[in-house]
Amino acid sequence: MALKKHKTAQASGEPMVWMTAMGLSLGILMILGLLALIFYKGLEVFWPKRVAQIEIKTEDGHVQSLIGEIVLKRERSSHKISKKEKSEDIQRELQIFMGNKEALGQAFRFIGQDKIEKISHPQDVIKLERLEYGSAMGVPEAIYETGKPPVLYKIKEPFKKRFEELVKQYKQRWEEIRYIEKHSIGKINIEMEGLTLQKKKLEKESETLSQPSPEIQKQLQEIEKETQTLQNQYQILADQAKALRNKQKGAQLSLKLANGETSKVEFSQILEYYYPNQLTQWQRIKMFFHKIWLFLSQEPREANTEGGVFPALFGTLTMTLLMTIVVVPFGVIAAIYLKEYAKQGFLVRTVRIAVNNLAGVPSIVFGVFGMGFFVYMVGGSIDQLFFSQKLPTPTFGTGGLLWASLTLALLTVPVVIVATEEALGAVSQNIREGALGCGASKWQMIQKIILPASAPGILTGAILAMARGAGEVAPLMLVGVVKLAPTLPINSQFPYIHLDQKFMHLGFHIYDLGFQSPDSEAAKPIVFATTLLLILLVLLLNLGAIILRERLRKKYASGKF
Amino acid sequence: MPVENSNTNLNKTIIKIEDFSFFYGNNQALFGINLNIPEREVTALIGPSGCGKSTLLRSINRMNDLVDEAKHTGKIILQDQDIHDPHLEVISLRKRVGMVFQKSNPFPKSIYENVVFGLRIAGKTNKSDLDEIVERSLKDAALWKEVKDRLKDNALGLSGGQMQRLCIARAIANQPEVLLMDEPCSALDPVATAKIESLIHELKKNYTIVIVTHNMQQASRVSDRTAFLYMGKLIEYDETEKLFTNPKEQQTEDYITGRFG
Ligand SMILES: Nc1ncnc2c1ncn2[C@@H]1O[C@H](COP(=O)(O)OP(=O)(O)OP(=O)(O)O)[C@@H](O)[C@H]1O
Ligand SMILES: [Mg+2]
Repeated sequence: MALKKHKTAQASGEPMVWMTAMGLSLGILMILGLLALIFYKGLEVFWPKRVAQIEIKTEDGHVQSLIGEIVLKRERSSHKISKKEKSEDIQRELQIFMGNKEALGQAFRFIGQDKIEKISHPQDVIKLERLEYGSAMGVPEAIYETGKPPVLYKIKEPFKKRFEELVKQYKQRWEEIRYIEKHSIGKINIEMEGLTLQKKKLEKESETLSQPSPEIQKQLQEIEKETQTLQNQYQILADQAKALRNKQKGAQLSLKLANGETSKVEFSQILEYYYPNQLTQWQRIKMFFHKIWLFLSQEPREANTEGGVFPALFGTLTMTLLMTIVVVPFGVIAAIYLKEYAKQGFLVRTVRIAVNNLAGVPSIVFGVFGMGFFVYMVGGSIDQLFFSQKLPTPTFGTGGLLWASLTLALLTVPVVIVATEEALGAVSQNIREGALGCGASKWQMIQKIILPASAPGILTGAILAMARGAGEVAPLMLVGVVKLAPTLPINSQFPYIHLDQKFMHLGFHIYDLGFQSPDSEAAKPIVFATTLLLILLVLLLNLGAIILRERLRKKYASGKF
Repeated sequence: MPVENSNTNLNKTIIKIEDFSFFYGNNQALFGINLNIPEREVTALIGPSGCGKSTLLRSINRMNDLVDEAKHTGKIILQDQDIHDPHLEVISLRKRVGMVFQKSNPFPKSIYENVVFGLRIAGKTNKSDLDEIVERSLKDAALWKEVKDRLKDNALGLSGGQMQRLCIARAIANQPEVLLMDEPCSALDPVATAKIESLIHELKKNYTIVIVTHNMQQASRVSDRTAFLYMGKLIEYDETEKLFTNPKEQQTEDYITGRFG
C-alpha cells in the first residue's frame, strides 16, 4: 500500500499548532512589554538627568526662560491642533520638571516644541532635595548666615567648603532631633501609657473594696512618683529638641531662578544636593545608585510623594513572610487529612471542589470576611479579655499585621492545599508499602517518608501562595494597611514584633500615590519605582523559595515538581 | 540454632495457615488455604498469574489491610500467635515479618538512612549500635563492599540490583523472623538475579523465607519447599525436589512442564 505523500493541513494539525504557538508568544510578548516598561520607567526615576535652560517665546513676543529636567517628549493629543499646522514641531510637546514648587506654583509644565527658542545646559545649576516642597533647581548666589558676611558663589572654593559643612551640620542636627522626638520621647510615651493603665487598674480594684487598702494606696503613690520622673525626663528631652530646632534656623542659600527671581532655601531643608550638569558619567552612575539606596532606605515625606518607601517595603516583607509561616503548615495539614486520612468519597470530593473554588473568590470578599471575623469578632474578644483596661481604644480589635497576614493566609490556603495534595499523591504506593513493611505506622510513614519526598511540591505551593499574597491589595485595605504608619511593625520596643500594629504595604502605596495623591504628576515617578520594587520583591521571594526547593529536590531526588 | 543441610522435615513450623480464605470485596481470591511453613527454610509460592500468590504472601504481614473492603476467614498463626489477634499490633507484626517487594522501593534518603529506617521508627538512636547494624545488614545483603564508602549518598543513585539488595538489607536490619519476597528478581538481569539467589541461600541460615516467583528454575534452585497455587486454591505443597520431579497432581505437572500458565 502506497503511503499518501501529502497529508492535508487539517489532518496534521499544523494550523492548530501555529495558533497555540501564536497565543503563547502573544501572551509572553505582552508580559515582557509590561515588564520592560516598568523597568525602564522605574529605573529612569533615579537617573540624575541634566538640567536644561529653555528659552521660550511668549504670545506677546517676549522671551521667557526656565530651567528644569525634560521628563517626557510626546505627541500632542490631536484634537488640540488644527489640521493646517501639521509641521513636526507643533505636534510635539515637552514635559519639564521645574521643581521650586513654592516659588513657581507648579512643578511641572508642558511646552510645545515650536515655542522653544533655545536649549542650553548651564554648568552652575544646582539641584537640591528638600525636606518640604520637593526639589529646587537654580544657580546658587550666596550663603547667608546671621551675623556673618555672605559667602558668594563666585569665589568657588570657600563657597563649596562652607556649603558642604553647613549641609552636613544641619543634617546631623536634624537627625538628632528626629532621634529625640521619635525614639527617646516615644519610649517615654509608651512607659507613661503603661503607668496610666496600671493606675486605672488599681483604681478599679480599690473601687470594688469596701474600705481603702493601704497597699493599693502605696502603689498608687509609687506610680504617681514614677509618672513625675518620666514627666521631668520628657521635659528635658523636649527642651533639648526645642533648643536644637532653634539652632536649625539662621543659614540660607539664595538661588537664582530662571525667571530672574531669587529664592532663599533654609539649610535645614536641604537633604541632598548635586550639580546635575557638572557630573561625569561615573559620578552620574554613582548618584544613580545613591538615589536608589535612598529610595529603599528612607521614610516617605510629603504625603508619600517624596522620600523613600522603606516602611512599605518592610511591611510588605513582614506581612508576606508571616502569611507564609501561617499558610504553609495550615495548608499542609489540611491536605494531609484530605489526601491520606479522609475516606475518599462524595464528601471529600465536595470539600476538594469547594477548596478549589475558594481560590476564585474575589479577594475583597476575603477582606470583608477578615474584617468581620478576625478584626471584630476575634480581635474584639481578645480586647475584652486581655486589654480591657485600654478600651475603648482597640488593641487587636482593629486592623493590624496579624489580621492582615491571617486574611491573606486564608486567601492563599487553597493554593497550598492543591499543590500539597498533588505532591502527596505523587509519592508512589510502592514507597508507602515499603515504609509500612518496615513497621512504620501510618503517621510515621507520612512524617518520615511522604512529607520529605513531597517537600519540593509543597514549596511550589508556598511560592505560588507568596506570589499571590504579596501582590494583593484590596483585602488589606480593610484589615490593617495604612497610608502612613508611625513605626515599623518590628522595632526595638518591647515586645519587638507588634502584631497588632498597622503597617504600610507597597501595593497599597502604589494605589495611594497613583490615585489618591493630590499631585499625580509628582507622584508618577514614584509609582513606577514602587511598582518595580514590588515586582522585584515578589521575584526575590520566589527566587529564594525556588533555590530552597532545588536543594530539597537534590536531597530527595524524587519529586517531579 | 541454625541447622544446615539437615533433613528439612526436622525444622519446626513457624507459620501455620489454617483454612484461610481471602476476599477483595465480593471477589474471593483465596479459598481455604492450609499451609505449614517451616523455620529457616525457603518456601516458594508458584502458580499462574492471578492465582493469589501475592495475596497469600501479603496476608502474612497483613499488608492487605490497606485494601478497602478486604476480608478474610481462617487463621494465620505465627509462632503460636494468631496474627489477626486484636491484641497484636500490626506494626509489631510487620517488624517480625519483613517484606521485599517486586519493584525495589528504596526511600529517597541516604543509603544509611534507608537501612536504619525501621530502627529509627522503633526509637533506636544510639549511633554506634546503628552503625553496627548498618554494616551487618549490608554485609548480609552482600552490598557492603559496593557501598561502604558512600553510605551518605542518595539511595536512588544505586543500580537496580543494588537497590533490591538495599531493600533486603533494610528488611533484615529489623531482624525479622520471616522474610517475605514477592518476585524480588523480576526486574533484574541474570547477574543481579544470581547474586540475590545466592544471598537467599545465605539468609536462610538465619531467616525463614517465603518467596513468590514466576521462574520455575529459580524456585527449584533456591527453595526447599514449593507450594503450587491455582485459582486461589492450594493444589500441592511438598519438598521442592519431589514437587518438581514427581508431582502428585495433574495440574501441577501441567504447570511445571509449561503446558499452561
Ligand atoms: N487490590 C485488589 N483489589 C481487588 N482485587 C484484587 C486486588 N489485588 C488483587 N486482586 C485480585 O485477586 C486475585 C489474585 O491476585 P494476586 O495479586 O494475588 O495474584 P498473583 O498470583 O500475585 O498474580 P501475579 O503473578 O500476576 O502477581 C486476582 O484475581 C486479582 O485480580
Ligand atoms: Mg503478584
